[in-house]
Amino acid sequence: MKVLVPVKRVVDANVKVRVNADNTSVDTANLKMAINPFCEIAVEEAVRLKEAGIVTEIVVATIGPKAAQEQLRTAMALGADRGIHVETDEELAPLSIAKLLNAIQGQEQAQIILLGKQSIDGDNNQTGQMLAALAGMPQATFASEVKVEGDTVLVTREIDGGLQTLKMPLPAIITTDLRLNEPRYAKLPNIMKAKRKPLDTVTVDSLGVTLKQHQNVLKVTPPAQREAGVMVASVEELVEKLKNEAKVI
Amino acid sequence: MAILVIAEHDNASLKLDTAKVVACGQAIGGDVDLLVAGENCAAAVEAAKQLSGVRTVLVADNAAYANGIAENLGALVVSMASDYQHILASASSLGKDVMPRVAALLDVAQLSEVVEVVSDDTFVRPIYAGSAMATVQSLDAIKVMTVRCSAFDSVANDGGAAVQNIDGVFSSNVEFVSQTLTESERPDLGAASVVVSGGRALGSAENFAILEQLADKLGGALGASRAAVDAGYVPNDLQVGQTGKIVAPDLYIAVGISGAIQHLAGMKDSKVIVAINKDPEAPIFQVADYGLEADLFEAVPKLLELL
Repeated sequence: MKVLVPVKRVVDANVKVRVNADNTSVDTANLKMAINPFCEIAVEEAVRLKEAGIVTEIVVATIGPKAAQEQLRTAMALGADRGIHVETDEELAPLSIAKLLNAIQGQEQAQIILLGKQSIDGDNNQTGQMLAALAGMPQATFASEVKVEGDTVLVTREIDGGLQTLKMPLPAIITTDLRLNEPRYAKLPNIMKAKRKPLDTVTVDSLGVTLKQHQNVLKVTPPAQREAGVMVASVEELVEKLKNEAKVI
Repeated sequence: MAILVIAEHDNASLKLDTAKVVACGQAIGGDVDLLVAGENCAAAVEAAKQLSGVRTVLVADNAAYANGIAENLGALVVSMASDYQHILASASSLGKDVMPRVAALLDVAQLSEVVEVVSDDTFVRPIYAGSAMATVQSLDAIKVMTVRCSAFDSVANDGGAAVQNIDGVFSSNVEFVSQTLTESERPDLGAASVVVSGGRALGSAENFAILEQLADKLGGALGASRAAVDAGYVPNDLQVGQTGKIVAPDLYIAVGISGAIQHLAGMKDSKVIVAINKDPEAPIFQVADYGLEADLFEAVPKLLELL
């Protein structure tokens, strides 16, 4: 079966971002970019399903600027077979992304679509669920274990308070949580080989999707700063301060 | 203007989060209706009726809604949506699962983890793990949102809402197999006024026992960093951070936690933050109100003794 894995180019998770001077957005110029960590977990899961003989082809897709092709190449170095790049310089809302992905799925007819549970820039946690709704497919979000059994899939999900297991027919949408797997590193020969794997570039228009504007970002501001704290010298002093100064115990 | 709030409950009781989402609904302004969908959920309905400022409690009691399956609950919410301008749920695992599905079926965008209401169409939400706050205006006719509950205070329990049953039943081809919940006598992480969290420096699951004692002594909940969860010291659902729980207790005690951006995203709105770490350069000290540079295995037992 075929798996479709949408991936996103984001600011590297370890970079501390700053709001730009005119409070219109976060300043991302010249920052280190990477594949979103949850997308990496999704690629890894697809590769493991292929290694287990369940999956025959892994297609990765991304929507974004030309530079996002780097992230497709990364995914191909990890084991994806080919890439689809929807080139746009616009910042699209998750609903628009989901509509474009739905159009790609319409062409690809994948049996499993694996996405990260959220991107670490927008922190929306919406795209997978929206794609499931648009494609009329069942969804299993926040997956920590995926078992394909014939034409159904059993997914264990991380929920508040514990774990839940759901069973659903394929095709289905699965979004990955941190605990699903430990992504591998790309080996140098695989990075070289990935450069020769097929990569199609398409436009928003060619997918036949009309996008709407749903939201205006009025401003982006830094979060409230905490007042500088104090270092205490001993446990006694800490307890004294918590009791008499902060009055929290 | 009418606002629909999706109640969160386990059939027997209503989660505290629901009272906070109702508070967010009141901040928007308008009549707040509460949807309680579940199976044999009469007790949760009783609790929902008490919430201050709720106009009507809408009850959908059916096996299809027993386990919060997103397909079923989502379809139910969509069937009711035309009567409302806002549809709200808490940014819990249930709300995050269902609401984007609802939004897409209504062809509207969603606002995730709203922390502040500016007006009935403009809201503030954190982006980049809380490193920036975005003020976003929705252009859609129906505003679908999840609410970060740590940013709102619960409404009182002095209401007396009317109850109305909803007939429609929506089911799907998704089958519930099983559920394992972590058993704990301690208060819920999201609702606790004190949270004691441990990181990688604890070294083992056994060593977490001293933090459990500290949490119990303070009547608080136990939390953890991702490192501690990944190392298997504690279950996943105790993780505090960008991808775990977002908490804002009166007192947050971080023990052996360095303070990565992703962890700070989950706790930096706590009223008082205490950090105990033997590395004076640990970033956690930059957000801590009280920092103690010490070996946790000496400091925590001492702390237990003095409390």
